[in-house]
Amino acid sequence: MVAAWFAFLTFPILVVKVNTIDGTILWRWENMVSIAVATFFGSYLWRWLLARKELKRDEAKRETLAERLLTTIQSHPVLKLAGLCAIAVPAVLYPQVFDLYQTNIMVSCLVFIVLGLGLNIVVGLAGLLDLGYVAFYASGAYAYALCNMHWDIGFWTMLPIGAALGTVMGVLLGFPVLRLRGDYLAIVTLGFGEIIRLVLENWGEVTKGPSGISNISRPEFFGMKLTIAESTMYMYYIMLGLLVLTIFCVNRLQYSRIGRAWLALREDEIACQAMGIDKVKTKLLAFALGATWAGMAGVVFAARTTFINPASFTFWESAIILSIVVIGGMGSIRGVIAGAIILILVPEYLREFSEFRMLLFGAIMVMVMVFRPQGLISAKRKVYTYKGANTAGAANE
Amino acid sequence: MDYFLELFFGGLTRGSIYALIALGYTMVYGIIELINFAHGEIYMIGAFTGLIVAGVLTTLGFPEASILVIALICAVIWSASYGYTVEKIGYKPLRGAQRLSPLISAIGMSIFLQNYVMLAQTPDFLPFPSLTPQFDFMRPYSAIMNSSELVIVVATIAVCVGLTLFIKYTKLGKAMRATAQNRKMAMLVGVNVDMVISATFVIGSSLAAVGGVLIASHIGQINYFIGFIAGIKAFTAAVLGGIGSIPGAMLGALVLGLTEAFATGYVSSDYEDVFAFCLLVLILIFRPAGIMGKEKAQKV
Repeated sequence: MVAAWFAFLTFPILVVKVNTIDGTILWRWENMVSIAVATFFGSYLWRWLLARKELKRDEAKRETLAERLLTTIQSHPVLKLAGLCAIAVPAVLYPQVFDLYQTNIMVSCLVFIVLGLGLNIVVGLAGLLDLGYVAFYASGAYAYALCNMHWDIGFWTMLPIGAALGTVMGVLLGFPVLRLRGDYLAIVTLGFGEIIRLVLENWGEVTKGPSGISNISRPEFFGMKLTIAESTMYMYYIMLGLLVLTIFCVNRLQYSRIGRAWLALREDEIACQAMGIDKVKTKLLAFALGATWAGMAGVVFAARTTFINPASFTFWESAIILSIVVIGGMGSIRGVIAGAIILILVPEYLREFSEFRMLLFGAIMVMVMVFRPQGLISAKRKVYTYKGANTAGAANE
Repeated sequence: MDYFLELFFGGLTRGSIYALIALGYTMVYGIIELINFAHGEIYMIGAFTGLIVAGVLTTLGFPEASILVIALICAVIWSASYGYTVEKIGYKPLRGAQRLSPLISAIGMSIFLQNYVMLAQTPDFLPFPSLTPQFDFMRPYSAIMNSSELVIVVATIAVCVGLTLFIKYTKLGKAMRATAQNRKMAMLVGVNVDMVISATFVIGSSLAAVGGVLIASHIGQINYFIGFIAGIKAFTAAVLGGIGSIPGAMLGALVLGLTEAFATGYVSSDYEDVFAFCLLVLILIFRPAGIMGKEKAQKV
């Protein structure tokens, strides 16, 4: 039944191929047969998975083994240290062990993790749906490219400037759209992102239009010129450092006063205002901080590729960053990292099926959402326990 | 004056197409509060089905007038089926999940459909035969508005009137309005909500398919990527008019189409899309619910 439906569904697109100029038609019946067979078995798998999900919902509260293990590790300081080392050692050794290509992929993955963590502040914590996040990323990248081209300003000077620029842009965009909520906010930010991209594309005198800016200098290591292999490795460590900084900051922010205000804002705006939280300030802060990281990531991106053009800053980029946050699990740092690794590395390694890469990517996005709508790793609130009178309210790590 | 009129009719045509697509967005949003990102792709699939059917029929040597009709019908059927299937696979299992999940699922769907068409057909632009009959009407005006534009505008008006009547007077239309207002209550009074949602997707997709075939035959070429920009523009139109409101979507589409046409005609054609988005930002700042939208009371 399902198979017949899909055979019907895919009939015009898959089976028939016309050439209107020559007036020839190509019939590809073999496609129809394979689709029918595939969906016939696929539908059983689909139903089985759905049924399993229903079953799971009933016993949702039971922690899985892996989750329990993680909790145990987190609650013992020694184990936690060991766990951190277990992650840190391979991360540091990575570029030494693998070749240039692998390192390069890893750097782009790290850039996306930072971007994801930045957007996580806006979407995951504050609950503001931002579809134009890539605009901040683009502004950072273009700021570095232009300054480097005209005044020869180096990477290290630009990194904080890019961050500051991101913040300013965040406030500028945040200010007019604060009144909007939910999907209106989403579409305005989307519009904003597109405006930035189109301006970059059309303002030829400044941005060199669609052809982009090339020969952006790579970061220097105390004045030494590095070879490509070395500078890639160097880039990797810069990114790793930036990532650690980001994780640290986001982690601290999350449990700070502001972070709690964001969570409150996400859960219920009105109740939150009634509690005396300044809505405007809190939202602006979320926008600005999220944009800060995008600005920094933009600078790094420009320095890494040494070439940028508006095509790197389309809506899809925003969509992918958003997917990283949502697929990983909103509001959870571990989740964002997992999401970035899946979404950036999987398409990279799927290059072998290069043609079907994006097709699979889309399908994976849908499947993850259907079978794990809360994301792969869902955020857990930190649990505070009461430990005697003198340490009242102290956090239990 | 001629130039002005030309731009005006150009804007009207654009607006009509946006309206046809925007209605799908606004109806879906009105009922399940989801930005259906895959809607632009449904429009694209409609255009492709139209192209394929038209191609086959031309080779078989059908008369020209019947080709348009058959291509339109086929495009509607297949787009509606796609809309229905997308809803069943991508959104239905996500009822009751948090708000962002169906959105991501929609983006995934959109990527999937785009690449599916790209792989099955070609990534290049395909020429689309002009299907609308060429005729001269009222001598002085045919210089500034050609027949395919007229067909688009008239078809859109007909579809919009039909849709309004449908929603106002049929049982299904009433059920749709009830569901849009309050899904739970509608369910309690015996509306088959799942059916209503499916019907909404089917109707929205059919409208998009009509738009797809008409615009493709007007412009003369399509590729797998056309759904994206058209979708964003149409969504912008829907938001402009106040999303969830059907007359709002039509009005918003018209405003957007005219603004774009005049802005490109009198200011600069490079920034065509920028004007659309600037208009959107401006209107939303001053009227956050869109032109025809109502401010919803906040729950406390």
